Amino acid sequence: MQAIGLTIVDWVIILIYFAFVLGIGWYLRKFTTSHEDFFLAGRKNSSWVAGLAFLSANLGALELLGMTGNTFKYGMYVAHFYWIGAIPAMLFLGIYMMPFYYSSKINSVPGYLKLRFDEKTRVLNGIAFAIMTLLVSGINLYAMALVLHTFLGWNWDVSMWVSAITVAGYVGLSGLMSAIFTEIIQFFMIWFGLFLVSILGIIEIGSMKEIMARINEYSSQVSFTTLWSTASDPTQNGMFIHWGGIVLGLGFVLSFGYWTTDFLVVQRAFSAKDLRSARMTPILASFFKMALPFLVIVAGLIAIALSIDPKSGFKLLQDGGQINYDSALPLLIARYYPSGLVGLGVTALLAGFMAGQAGNISAFNTVWTYDIYKSVLNRKASDAHLLWMGRASTIVGVIISLGTAYWAKSFPSIMDYMQAIFSWVNAPLFATMLLGMFVWWITPNGAFWGLVAGMSSSFFMWLAVKFHWFSESIITMSGTQSDMAANFWRAWWAWSICAAITILISLVTKRRPKEELVGLVRGLTEDKHDQHLPFVKRPEFVAIISLIILVLLNIWFW
Amino acid sequence: MTEHKMKPIWFFVGLILLVMGGIIFLSGIYQFINPPEIKTVLAEIHPAIWWGAVMFIFGGILYWKTRKQTVK
Repeated sequence: MQAIGLTIVDWVIILIYFAFVLGIGWYLRKFTTSHEDFFLAGRKNSSWVAGLAFLSANLGALELLGMTGNTFKYGMYVAHFYWIGAIPAMLFLGIYMMPFYYSSKINSVPGYLKLRFDEKTRVLNGIAFAIMTLLVSGINLYAMALVLHTFLGWNWDVSMWVSAITVAGYVGLSGLMSAIFTEIIQFFMIWFGLFLVSILGIIEIGSMKEIMARINEYSSQVSFTTLWSTASDPTQNGMFIHWGGIVLGLGFVLSFGYWTTDFLVVQRAFSAKDLRSARMTPILASFFKMALPFLVIVAGLIAIALSIDPKSGFKLLQDGGQINYDSALPLLIARYYPSGLVGLGVTALLAGFMAGQAGNISAFNTVWTYDIYKSVLNRKASDAHLLWMGRASTIVGVIISLGTAYWAKSFPSIMDYMQAIFSWVNAPLFATMLLGMFVWWITPNGAFWGLVAGMSSSFFMWLAVKFHWFSESIITMSGTQSDMAANFWRAWWAWSICAAITILISLVTKRRPKEELVGLVRGLTEDKHDQHLPFVKRPEFVAIISLIILVLLNIWFW
Repeated sequence: MTEHKMKPIWFFVGLILLVMGGIIFLSGIYQFINPPEIKTVLAEIHPAIWWGAVMFIFGGILYWKTRKQTVK
C-alpha cells in the first residue's frame, strides 16, 4: 500500500500526544520518591482509576490490530475473548482472589507464591513471568512499527526505536504511576480514535444486519457471524473449534490464567487505596471489557463485508504471499478518516501500543526488582537502591523487548503468538494459584514441580506441533482445527498436567502447618468482606449485574 | 510520598481531549470550506466536524469540572 501522507494537522495531533505522555512522566517524577510510589503508584488509587488502568493495561496491540485481524480471520468467535474468555475470570478475581492478594500486602504475584509456598516457586514464576513479559512487550513494538510503516512509510527499525525510547522515558521517570496515567488517557484516545471506524463502516454498508447478511451470503458453509450455534461442529465455524475447547481452554484455563494471575493486570488492582477498591477494580473493568467488541469485532466484520465486495476496493495487505490480517484496522482508518481524524486514529493506535508496552515494562521492572534481584541477588538492598534498580531495569527491559519484536514479526498473526506464550506460562500458573488459594494441604514441593511440569509440557506440545513431531489433532482431539484451537487445547492440557502433578506430589511431601497459612488460603481465613456496606454497594452486587449482562450478550449473538 | 498535591488524572484526560477535539473540529471546518482533492469514503458527511465537536465538548466538561481539584 502507498504510505498515507499526513497533513500538518495530523502531525500536530500525534506530536501533542507524545509531548503529553512525556510531560506527564516528567510532572509525576516529583511525586515518585519511594519504591512504593514507583512500583505500586503509592497504593492510593480509586477503584475507577485502577479499574480503567486494569483494562487498559490489556488494551494494547493485542486488542486493536490483533483482535480486528483475528475477526477477519476467524469471524465473530473472537468475541469469546471478551465475554466468556474474560468476564467470569475478572469477577472471580474481584470476589474470591483479591482479598488474598491485597490483604497480604505483597508487591507482586510471585510474592504471593513466596508467602504461600516457598522461595524457589516464587523465583521460578518470577523468571518465567519476566521472560513472558518481555516477549509480549515485543509484540507491542512490532505492532507499533506496523502502523508507522503502513501509514507513514517509516522504516521498521526507526519506528521501533522511537516508540521504545518514549516508553522508557516516561516509565523510567515515574514508574507505575505514569504508566497508569497514560493507560487511562489511552483508554479515551482509543474510544474516541477508533469507535468512529465502526460508526462510519455501518453508515457506509447500511446497517449491522446488512453486514451480517453479506458475510453469511458469501460464506454459507462456515459461520463467521455466530457465537455458539455452530460450536458443536468445528467444521461449521470460522475458528474450527468445538465448544469444549472454548469453554475449557479459553473460558477456564487461558482466561482465568491471564486475568487472575498475570501480574501485568493484577498490579493495577494492587495500586488501589483499600481492599474494597481493589476488589472493585476488575469488576468495574468487566463492564468496559464487554463493550470492546463493539469497537474491534464490528470493525473486523466491516472489513470482511468490504473485502468480499469487489466494488469497495478494500483489500488487506499481503506480506510475502501471506495475508496480513493485522492490517485490517489501519486500512479502515485510511478509508474513512480525513485529515485531522487520521492523526487521531494513528494516535489511538500508538497510544494503545505504548500503554501496552508500558504496562509490560512496569510489571517487568517490579518482578525483576522484588522477585529476582532482591530475592536472590541482593537481599539487603535499600529503598533508594531498589528505586534505582526499578529505573535501570526499565531501560534494560525496553532494550530486550526490541529484540523480541523482530521475533514477533515472523508470526502469521499477533494473537496466535500471544496465546502461544500465555499457554506456556499463565495456564499452569493458574492451576498452582487455584490449588494454593483453595486447598490448604498443597505443599511447596508439589507447587514447584507441578509448575515445572505444566510449563515444560506446554512448551513441548508447542514445539512438537511446530516441528511436526506429532499432529495437532492429538491435542485438539479433532480432525479439523486452527492455530487458535490448538492454543486453547494446549492450555487446557498444561493446566491439567500442572494440577495433577501438584496434587500427586503434595500427597507425599511435607505440608506447611495450618497456622502459617492464615490469610493466604480460603477456609483458614476470614472471608467476610465489605459486610458493613449495603448490599447494592458491595462488589458482589456489581458482579452479579456484570454477569447478567454477559449472559444477555451471549444469548443475543447466539 | 511527598505532601505535594497533584492534579487528578481526569484533568489531563479532559485537557488532551479538549485540545485535540478543538483542532480536529477546526480542521473539519477548513476542509468544508476548502474541500481536498482526494476524498475519503463518506467525506460528504464531514466526520471531522461532528466528531471533533463531540471530543471538544466531552473534554471541555471534564477539564472544567476538575480544573481546581487536587489529590494527595
